[in-house]
Amino acid sequence: MTSTQTGTVARNDLRPTAEEIDLMREKARMVRLETIRLIMLPKIGHYSSVFSCAELFASLYYGVMSVKEGDPDWEDRDRFTFGKGHAAIGLYPILADLGWLDKDVLDGYCSLGNPLGDHPDMTKVPGIDFSSGSIGHALSNALGMALGARFQGKDFTAFAMMGDGEQQEGQVWEAATAAVAKKVNNLIAIVDNNKYQLDGAVTEVNDIGDIAGKWRAFGFETHEVDGHDLEAVTTLLRRLKADKTRQGPACVIAHTVKGRGIDLMENETGWHLGYLTPGDSEIAAQEIMSKEI
Amino acid sequence: MTKLEKLSEGSWHYRMMGDIFPDLLRPSDALIDLYEGGTPVVALTPDLIYSGGLAKFYEKHPDRVINTGLSEQNTVSMAAGLATTGATPWVSGMSAFLALLCNEQIRMDVAYSQQNVRFLGHHTGLAFGFYGSSHHATEDIGALRSIANMTIISPSDDNQQYAAMMASKDYDGPIYYRTGRGRNPEVYEEGSFTFEIGKAHEHMKGDEVTIIACGMPVHPSLQVAKKLNAEGHSVGLLDMATIKPLDVDAVLEAASRSKVILTIEEHNVLGGLGSAVAEVMAENPGNARLIRHGIKDEYSLIGPPTHLYGHYKLDEAGIESVVRDAMK
Repeated sequence: MTSTQTGTVARNDLRPTAEEIDLMREKARMVRLETIRLIMLPKIGHYSSVFSCAELFASLYYGVMSVKEGDPDWEDRDRFTFGKGHAAIGLYPILADLGWLDKDVLDGYCSLGNPLGDHPDMTKVPGIDFSSGSIGHALSNALGMALGARFQGKDFTAFAMMGDGEQQEGQVWEAATAAVAKKVNNLIAIVDNNKYQLDGAVTEVNDIGDIAGKWRAFGFETHEVDGHDLEAVTTLLRRLKADKTRQGPACVIAHTVKGRGIDLMENETGWHLGYLTPGDSEIAAQEIMSKEI
Repeated sequence: MTKLEKLSEGSWHYRMMGDIFPDLLRPSDALIDLYEGGTPVVALTPDLIYSGGLAKFYEKHPDRVINTGLSEQNTVSMAAGLATTGATPWVSGMSAFLALLCNEQIRMDVAYSQQNVRFLGHHTGLAFGFYGSSHHATEDIGALRSIANMTIISPSDDNQQYAAMMASKDYDGPIYYRTGRGRNPEVYEEGSFTFEIGKAHEHMKGDEVTIIACGMPVHPSLQVAKKLNAEGHSVGLLDMATIKPLDVDAVLEAASRSKVILTIEEHNVLGGLGSAVAEVMAENPGNARLIRHGIKDEYSLIGPPTHLYGHYKLDEAGIESVVRDAMK
C-alpha cells in the first residue's frame, strides 16, 4: 500500500496526518532493512549514507512528490536527482515498492548483469530520473529538468538531493548561481547534512562552513530542518513545492545523523563503506524493528 | 552621434562582429531551420552567444537560448537534464573548454546517460591563434573519441557544417561538432552535396597517396591534390568529416589502392584522426604505408592562425611539401 499524490497539495494544512506519518515511518524502516539485506550479496555498500536520508526518501516518495504507482515515466511526475548516488541502494526498494522494479531485479542487486549497481543508472533502472556517481552534477541536472518544465508547459518540481561533502564540488555553486539567475521556482535542493564523508568528518576533511548561510547568500529560500522528523520535513517540502509565488529556488538543509538507526554506525566514520555479517545484520535489523525514529 | 559612430575606421565593436564578418560561424542558420522544422531546439552557451555564432538564432528565438554565464560544466549537465524533458539541447562553447573542461560531464551526464545533446565546439584547432595555446583545441578529438556513444564530426566548411547539423535531426545519440571560426574557404557549394553521418566524402581517388583529412585542412589538401594530379601524379582525397564512427570501408579501400595513406588534421597526431585511421590499418594490414601529419604532441605556438597554419605545414604550401615527401 503506497500513497501517491497528483498535482499541488490541496489541503490548507500541509502537515501530514498521523496515518501518513506512520506510513512514511514504515517505508523508512523498509529502506533500512532492505539496505542491510541487499548488501549481503556484494558484501560491501554504503549503509550509513542511506540511513541518514531514509526519512528524506520516505517523505519525498510517499508524502511530497507527485508520482504514479506502476508508471515511472509519467510525464507530469516530479523529478528526483541524486548527487549522493552511492546511497542508491536505499532508493531501489522504494522503486520496487512503487511497482517500477521487479522484486527479482532487486534481489539481484550488484550481481553480474543486474541493472542495479551501487550508483544508479537511468538507462537501466526505471524510476531513476538521472544517472549519478560523479558527485556534484545533480543540481545542474535538476535545474535542466526544472527549465524543461517551462519549455514543456508543465508544472512539475525537480528535487535534487546532495550530500554535505558534495558541497565541496565547484559545480554545485555554478548550478546554484544559475538557478537563482534563471528564477527557477520549481527546483528544490536538499542537503543531507550528515556531517561525514569518506575520510571522516566534513569539518576535518575540508570544512565547508555555514552551509545554510551559503545557500541563503546565493539567493535560495533556505530552511533548516531535522531530517529525521517526518512531520517537519514533509510539511516543509510540501510548502516549498506548493508555493508558486517564490521567485526562485529553495534549499532545505536537513540535519541528519550518518548511520541513524543503528547504534554502532551512528557518527562512526568507518561505516561510509562497510559490511555486516549475516549475524550482525540480524542484530541490526532487530534494532531497526524495535526503534521508532 | 552615437558612441560607436565616434570610432575611427578600423576600430570594431564586439557585438558588431556579425556585421563585420557576415560569414563568421553560422550555426544559427541550421538551428533556426531545425527549430522551425519542428525540432525542440534549446541552445545553451556559457557567455558566448556572439562569438559562438548564436546571435542570429538568439535574435529570432530569444526564448530558445539560455545564456548560462561562465559555468561550462553546469551548462553541460543542465543540458543533459533538459534533454530528459523532451528538448533537444545544443551546447555551444569554445572547443578547448567544452571538450576538456567538461569532458567528465559529457561522459557522465550525456554519453553514459544516453542523452541527445549536441555540442558545437567552436574555434577548434589553432583557430584562436593569438589568444594563446590555452585556447587552442588540439586534444578535443582524442579526449572525446574514447567516450562510448559519442559521435564526432569535424566539418571542413560552413556549408558542410550546416548539412552535418541538419543531419542530426533524427540521429540518436550525442554529437560533438568540431567547428572552426567560420572563415574557412568553401570546399562545398551550398546544397550541392549530401551529408551522411559516418560516411567519408571522396573527392578523388589516388594510387600514390590518399590524403585523409578533416576540418580546416581539407580545403588546402584539395588544392594540393588538384595541383599534383595536374602534374601527372595520382593523389586521392577523402574528407573524413565524421571521425567517429569512422568510415572504415573508405579507409580500407584507400589503403588497398594507394601506396601511402596520409592523414592531415589540425590536432595532435596522438588520439585524433590519424590515430583512428592507424587503428583501422593496424587491424586490417594492407600494403599502404601510413603517415600522420598534424601537431606533433606539443603545445602549439601563439600567433595569427594563418601564421600557425604555415608553421605547422597545414596551409597549402606546407601540405604540398608533406605530400611530395610522402611520394618519395
